[in-house]
Amino acid sequence: MNMIKTEKLTFEYIRRDEEGNVEGITRAVDQVDLDVEKGDFIAILGHNGSGKSTLAKHMNAIFFPTEGTIYVGGMDTGDESHIWDIRKTAGMVFQNPDNQIIGQVVEEDVGFGPENMGIPTKEIWERVEESLKAVGMYAYRKHSPNKLSGGQKQRVSIAGVLAMHPECIVLDEPTAMLDPQGRKEVIRAVRALNEVENITIILITHYMEEVVMADKVFVMDKGSIKMQGSPKEIFSQVDKLKELRLTVPQVTLLAEECRKAGMPFSKGILTIDEFMEELQCLLS
Amino acid sequence: MPIILNHVNCIYEAGTNMEVAALKDVNLVIPDGQFIGLIGHTGSGKSSLVQHLNGLMKPTGGEVYFDGQDIADEDYDKKKLRSDVGLVFQYPEHQLFEADVFSDVCFGPKNLGLSKKEIELRAYEALKMVGLEDEYFYQSPFDLSGGQKRRAAIAGVIAMKPRVLILDEPTAGLDPKGREEILNLIKKLHEEMGITIILVSHSMDDVADYVERIIVMNHGEVFLDDEPKAVFSHKEELEKIGLAVPTVTEIMSRCAGKGFPVDDTVTTIEEAKAELLKLYKKR
Repeated sequence: MNMIKTEKLTFEYIRRDEEGNVEGITRAVDQVDLDVEKGDFIAILGHNGSGKSTLAKHMNAIFFPTEGTIYVGGMDTGDESHIWDIRKTAGMVFQNPDNQIIGQVVEEDVGFGPENMGIPTKEIWERVEESLKAVGMYAYRKHSPNKLSGGQKQRVSIAGVLAMHPECIVLDEPTAMLDPQGRKEVIRAVRALNEVENITIILITHYMEEVVMADKVFVMDKGSIKMQGSPKEIFSQVDKLKELRLTVPQVTLLAEECRKAGMPFSKGILTIDEFMEELQCLLS
Repeated sequence: MPIILNHVNCIYEAGTNMEVAALKDVNLVIPDGQFIGLIGHTGSGKSSLVQHLNGLMKPTGGEVYFDGQDIADEDYDKKKLRSDVGLVFQYPEHQLFEADVFSDVCFGPKNLGLSKKEIELRAYEALKMVGLEDEYFYQSPFDLSGGQKRRAAIAGVIAMKPRVLILDEPTAGLDPKGREEILNLIKKLHEEMGITIILVSHSMDDVADYVERIIVMNHGEVFLDDEPKAVFSHKEELEKIGLAVPTVTEIMSRCAGKGFPVDDTVTTIEEAKAELLKLYKKR
């Protein structure tokens, strides 16, 4: 079944000057057709301003298409009666953890979502517990969120979404403000949710290394999808990615450079392990 | 004249049970014209350290000398210090506020009490330096792209004509091309204007190709301070404190571990490629 499906999704907004006069229309998302299967791990890449975030905000019914349709869990976001069900189905995590944590204590923050859904108190606590355990933050349940590191805060944000029992989580550059350690923690937590809980993941990021284990990668530019395929297919097109202001993981780049210089590495090597394996074959 | 930190300590909430030592006995000499990477994970004391360099924070022990004078001295010209040591905060574009880009860049020099002509000349030069074309000068800063906004914000600091420029995570949130553009801009500032650069970052991959010296902070102390190759040779210690060597160095060190005779201190793709090709030809 499709978790998310878009049909010619287009989003335009009107630019105005300071007096409110119309300056022009910007098409942030342009005729996007996208299919995300239930349980998939999807990554969306694209340079700043390519329309990734605007597209993502349609999946949670924050934005509505100017033209075209988007179905989340089979529900059309244009149908107002479904709005709350859609937001329950697809949870969203944003870039800055400080903007999405409101509780004074970690467990209260995580309980905020289910509380608003009118879940009975006993069940709220059960959900808080399982969500915090799923992201590895249960030991911090009584802590104040502002004493946590960035990676820990971001995992609390994810737990907050998880407690609403979504089928799908959309993460919009969740690691952009984190250090390498925090980035690893968050990506590990996200992967576990996908593999263990079978939650559909849509990860938007600028870090190529975070994308290598995705089932499918979409690359956006000027509001439309320019490339799609497995990480291997995408990252074997180094020059095309560079045209789109992106790059490939360092290890892929090194293999590609060596290949160009006459060492026959295969295309689209994604991990250091793969690289080492091929290198050993090449040198023996 | 260099910046000298002499046994600098910084303790927050001293004497309470919330006491935290952000800097512990930091001794550093930062000579003119160096390009330095300052690395450390969140909470390692990087930000506290840079805030001591332009007098935003006062050491609770020890001294910071700039041009041979203790900046904590009563008669020290703090205003001059802050134009000499420019600080570009994380996400500097959040500090843009004027109606157009040009006025925003003028704001700093205006506060130095310069003549109108000098202010505008400096703003013009700074915007040229960061590569913003004339067509953007009278646009609202909020209409620029993420990378352009960041360059406009950096121009605002450059217009103060700093001798030392500190940038806190200048590439955060930018796409790969944007990251490269900003880093190349910083390199250009260093080369063409001879400014001392202190680049604060989490990412070894980012700094490895650019800097001549890396200072690694951990728990408020200087953990390592050396040229990049020497710092990256401490792979295990770095990993223990939550940092990683550049991917390329990691690969080469794995090669060396497998018994291939390669230089495992290289940091750039070009160097690694040369090493691997040498191996391949000798095979």
